[in-house]
Amino acid sequence: MLFIEAHNISKSYSKTLAISDISFDVKKNELYGFIGPDGAGKTTLFRLLTTLLLPNSGTISINNWDVVKDYKTIRKNIGYMPGRFSLYQDLTVEENLTFFATIFGTTIKENYDLIRDIYVQIEPFKTRMAGKLSGGMKQKLALCCALIHKPELLVLDEPTTGVDSVSRKEFWEMLQNLRNSGITIVVSTPYMDEASLCDRVALMQNGKIMQINTPQGVISKFPKPLYAIRSDDMYLLKNELVNYIDCESVHIFGQNLHYTSKSKVLNVNNLTLFLEEKNHTGISISPINPSIEDCFIALMTENSTSDAK
Amino acid sequence: MQSNEPVIVVQNLVKKFGNFVANDNLSFEVYPGEVFGFLGANGAGKTTAIRILCGLSRPTSGKVMVGGFDANTESEKIKTNIGYMSQKFSLYDDLTVRENIRFYAGIYHIPYNIIKTRTNDLLQKLGLEHARDKLIHDIPLGWKQKLAFSIAVFHEPSIVFLDEPTGGVDPITRRQFWDMIYEAAHRGITVFVTTHYMDEAEYCNRVSIMVDGKIADLDTPNNLKTKHNAANMDEVFQKLARGRKY
Amino acid sequence: MKLFRGFIIKEFYHILRDKRTLLVLFGMPIIQLLLFGFVITNEIKDIKIAILDNSKDKVTRDISQKILSSGYFKLDSYLTNVNQIEEVFRKGNVKEVVVFETDFAEKMKRQGTAKIQILADASDANTANLIASYTTAIVMDYVNKQNVSATIPLQIVPEVRMMYNEQLKGVYMFVPGIMAMILILISALLTSISIVREKELGTMEVLLVSPLKPIQIIIGKVTPYVLLSFFNAVIIVVLGNLVFGMPVQGSTILLLAECTLFIVLALSLGILISTVTNSQQTAMLISMMVLMLPTILLSGFIFPISNMPWVLQALCQIMPPRWFIVIIKNIMLKGTGLYYIWFETLILIGMTAVFILLSYKKFKIRLG
Repeated sequence: MLFIEAHNISKSYSKTLAISDISFDVKKNELYGFIGPDGAGKTTLFRLLTTLLLPNSGTISINNWDVVKDYKTIRKNIGYMPGRFSLYQDLTVEENLTFFATIFGTTIKENYDLIRDIYVQIEPFKTRMAGKLSGGMKQKLALCCALIHKPELLVLDEPTTGVDSVSRKEFWEMLQNLRNSGITIVVSTPYMDEASLCDRVALMQNGKIMQINTPQGVISKFPKPLYAIRSDDMYLLKNELVNYIDCESVHIFGQNLHYTSKSKVLNVNNLTLFLEEKNHTGISISPINPSIEDCFIALMTENSTSDAK
Repeated sequence: MQSNEPVIVVQNLVKKFGNFVANDNLSFEVYPGEVFGFLGANGAGKTTAIRILCGLSRPTSGKVMVGGFDANTESEKIKTNIGYMSQKFSLYDDLTVRENIRFYAGIYHIPYNIIKTRTNDLLQKLGLEHARDKLIHDIPLGWKQKLAFSIAVFHEPSIVFLDEPTGGVDPITRRQFWDMIYEAAHRGITVFVTTHYMDEAEYCNRVSIMVDGKIADLDTPNNLKTKHNAANMDEVFQKLARGRKY
Repeated sequence: MKLFRGFIIKEFYHILRDKRTLLVLFGMPIIQLLLFGFVITNEIKDIKIAILDNSKDKVTRDISQKILSSGYFKLDSYLTNVNQIEEVFRKGNVKEVVVFETDFAEKMKRQGTAKIQILADASDANTANLIASYTTAIVMDYVNKQNVSATIPLQIVPEVRMMYNEQLKGVYMFVPGIMAMILILISALLTSISIVREKELGTMEVLLVSPLKPIQIIIGKVTPYVLLSFFNAVIIVVLGNLVFGMPVQGSTILLLAECTLFIVLALSLGILISTVTNSQQTAMLISMMVLMLPTILLSGFIFPISNMPWVLQALCQIMPPRWFIVIIKNIMLKGTGLYYIWFETLILIGMTAVFILLSYKKFKIRLG
């Protein structure tokens, strides 16, 4: 069953086109991710979803409510966490939560079950000012505040930005638990590695969706075999691989370079010889499964070359 | 690379705010031309330490030498010898590319004719010549970050501090950014960098990981992975930081 | 109702936890009142004068005596001829010279009129005006008390404020002005800042997405400031009375009701400002420029409106404080009832309605 349906939406601010002709749908009880760097249009898109902005063209419906006509109904039924954790810095953890419960006409007690797993982690600090919390705790509190009225849909705009990797993992575990308990979640993130934790993702760049798929589907669409290459001097290695005649793309990924060749199959022996000639030691070339980030880079490159045409 | 005299020396650095110990007895050294990764969980005390290293705040106790100057007594000299860039603070949106360069260069008392030639070189290298008179507001984020980095090292500091320089940047630009970091390091500039992208931790020569105000471990990425029996730096980080108290 | 209460409680937390807001809220009225009262006071005290008595008879001596014993003036010197006048003014100590014509008492007796010339150093025009009128008043007083059926052809312009401000106290003039200024500034400034702060924080997004109606958000944000500003008005009235002896001749209830009306007006202005700004700094700047300066300059608080060029006079008519000050003066000094100030009140009500309507229209249920 489709929960969100968006058809051909565009939105521009004065001259700049923030979103251009986007269509997607989110199924009920899905954890749906919009993955893309800053400036891809994620925040604008989320403000359209939460009825805070009106699209210039196209239609969006949430649970068959139209974002323009039925904005009041939608607002009652969604939980929204804007980009910067919008908490009152000068209110305590508990006061923040109480306030957000009150404006949605409920109480902490009434929906405690829903937030319990998250709230117990910050409950020891409930008398602390929200402004004094660490990034990870702010994020958890903001999530509790967005959840307190038992929304059917959670809209989370970059909930993990600027948060350390441990808190990010914990946060995604919470999101998966919430999805399992029946809430539909739409989330955006600039961290490509988080894409694999979603049910489906839309990869965004420059106001457009480059691809919509399951994380596995995105990876399976990677056009070519990918190789991880390493040697003892990575800095030189990269410069030399770029000049290798069969090189299509080479990008640094952690301790390896990720490499695709122009020919269908990489001739490992030839490449090894080439590198040995350049006095590289400790050369290792092995096939590797692409990550979402590899796919994202491939899609970006593909788009920019097709744009150039 | 590590044969030289260290460019940053931190010995038993303690920084307290009232009863709260933000930096609990930190000791480490950073060498010229090194790319030093400074990782840590939120609230682990990274920002506090960077502020002290940049001469913006004084240690409660301990010795901190940056570029040969004492953070306790010569913080002004430290400031002229370092570069700084963060995701949040970079360039003036309402000034043009050239005006931004000239403003920052002016702060560091670079003579006008040198500013002029270096600006031209820089714009050429970044491929931004056509955009020299565009407002920063109107150029894409990726360019902004690259330009901000170039400006941070414009006065050829001995050390550059990068506080989450690649946050929210697209994956291609992020890599181009790291190319620039390597290039600066090759020129002998020490790069002190924080990041939440764990793959970027792999790009550093050495990495320190802070947990609860202490340095939980400090080594090359490879040694850290072996020591903690981890496949990548993210796992190392998870293992060290999971047990934190906040 | 529970929702509303929750909102107000939250708003009070913000106010009570922010030392700056508290300082502005309660420090500013007191400090400004005292500052104006003691420092920038336009009260006259120990002004140095010189007297050129060409007559030297009993009447001129009596009048001189009365002027000098008033406490407002202090004798610098007696002059002996007209040429000295310019000299003493040039030295700068003397702000006023009183000249009695020859045979003063004689002329008064026979012709029923005698001339006193009052020369004031008008390089400080306000003070000159003031001391001239003080002197005039003292002479008039003498004439009245003597019950002499003589008129002195002086330029006597009994100003309204002197009629109702018999002791010629400056404080009576500025307390209403301060009240207008503080109420409009605090109400408008603080509400606009507190609304804009929510925009900056991003919490406004969450509030908009919640089931709260815009009107609920506005009322929730504004109510605490109505209460606090009202409290401020009371402080000013009480302080004015205790420290400066400013009376409340008329009905206190009417006074407070008019204050409340003015507060609501100022708050709706604040909301209007918040709808057109996105940062606290801008809100603060606009409040200062649009509210504070006109309140000081164009409300008749410091500079008399009647002396202004017609363009500014017209501009004064649309300044809410201009009407409020008239109302307050009437109630506090003259003790008049609503009957005499219904027109001004009606204007304020009209303005309030316009501002509320405008800000309700402008308050967006969406972003951008």
